[in-house]
Amino acid sequence: MKTQNVLILDTSYEKNSLFKDEFCMPIANIINQIPNFKYEIKHYSEKINFENYDKIILSGSALKDFEYLESLNKFEFIKTTLVPILGICAGIQIIAKTYETELKKCKEIEITKTITTKQNKLFEGEFETYSIHNYSIYCPKEFEIIAKSKKGIHGVKHKEKEIYGVLFHPEIKNKEIIEKFINL
Amino acid sequence: MKLAILFSGGKDSNYALFKTAQKHSLVCLISLISENKESYMFQSCGNEFLKLQAKALNLPLIEVKTKGEKETELKDLKKAIKLAIKKYSIEGVVSGAIKSNYQSLRIQNICNDLNLYSINPLWQINEKEYLSELLKNKFEVAIIQIASYPFTKEILGKTINEKIKTELIEISEKYKISCVGEGGEFETFVLDSPMFNKKLQIISSEKIMESENSGHLKIKEIKMENK
Repeated sequence: MKTQNVLILDTSYEKNSLFKDEFCMPIANIINQIPNFKYEIKHYSEKINFENYDKIILSGSALKDFEYLESLNKFEFIKTTLVPILGICAGIQIIAKTYETELKKCKEIEITKTITTKQNKLFEGEFETYSIHNYSIYCPKEFEIIAKSKKGIHGVKHKEKEIYGVLFHPEIKNKEIIEKFINL
Repeated sequence: MKLAILFSGGKDSNYALFKTAQKHSLVCLISLISENKESYMFQSCGNEFLKLQAKALNLPLIEVKTKGEKETELKDLKKAIKLAIKKYSIEGVVSGAIKSNYQSLRIQNICNDLNLYSINPLWQINEKEYLSELLKNKFEVAIIQIASYPFTKEILGKTINEKIKTELIEISEKYKISCVGEGGEFETFVLDSPMFNKKLQIISSEKIMESENSGHLKIKEIKMENK
């Protein structure tokens, strides 16, 4: 089987920050354990040929870090590429902003109950998730809501493309979601 | 960014300090002195010698006492962090949390309330690689408390070297426990690191056992040596 290449896109405020260790490396460690997959971590400020990858994961970032909002043009590839994308926490916020919807105040710094609202390829039923965010999103019209918590949207999927966003951190308590995504 | 580090004197806070210092300015250490050995948040062993580590690191130490009860210790932690904001204008707090959601979520919440960055450079780190990194970077880490089978008093006071590392990994694989003591299986005290200006040496100590697999090294005297 051909080795697939997963891009982990670091969404934190600068290249090689300590948040790369905190938000990208846990994803990398999961990919490392799955045969036939390798990963590269790149910061969004770098010049990247996104078509060189089989899957793209947008990492989370620190609660206080919204630097990416100043560089949304760097994420325009989300709308044009056909490579499957999974946005995590800041990643789902970036997807929402790229599709021109706003963030919605929603503080969850806790283990949250996430409820699947629409059948999808990544998860099902109710499950506990690790959440650290102050904002959820309004769902862009091109997407459908696939998961919610008591307080807001927890997951969306593009209606036609394999673009997923989750507000919680699957790399902490729901590693199988990362596995299912890279195996799409 | 000016940062404080939550500092227990053990390997995790010292290694987080080492990693952070390569990129940011660390301005103080924060230690919660817990009276509760079962604290979910803070190490209680070796606290009396934190001042010596702070001296070796050449960093000011903010110490706040806590009874170590489940939620009141968080109020004490917040108090200590507020003190660091007032004295050193910190912009963020670093922790050595590795796997504990309990610990990390509570620190994230406090930092969020105080509008500070919460930085966890060891979060979900590969534990075997972490042990190797400690040795590669010449950390001298003494095991000073045990609380789990199959550890016995023989390991108390020993420093982690290649042989102990191999033993820890074998034990973790056989008994399905953490090889870095993340589940409280053992606690450590750092005697030397690349960040220490002077190294520490335990001169006098006593092994105090509560059961065959639970006990601690009561350190009585430590001396500082030039490196």
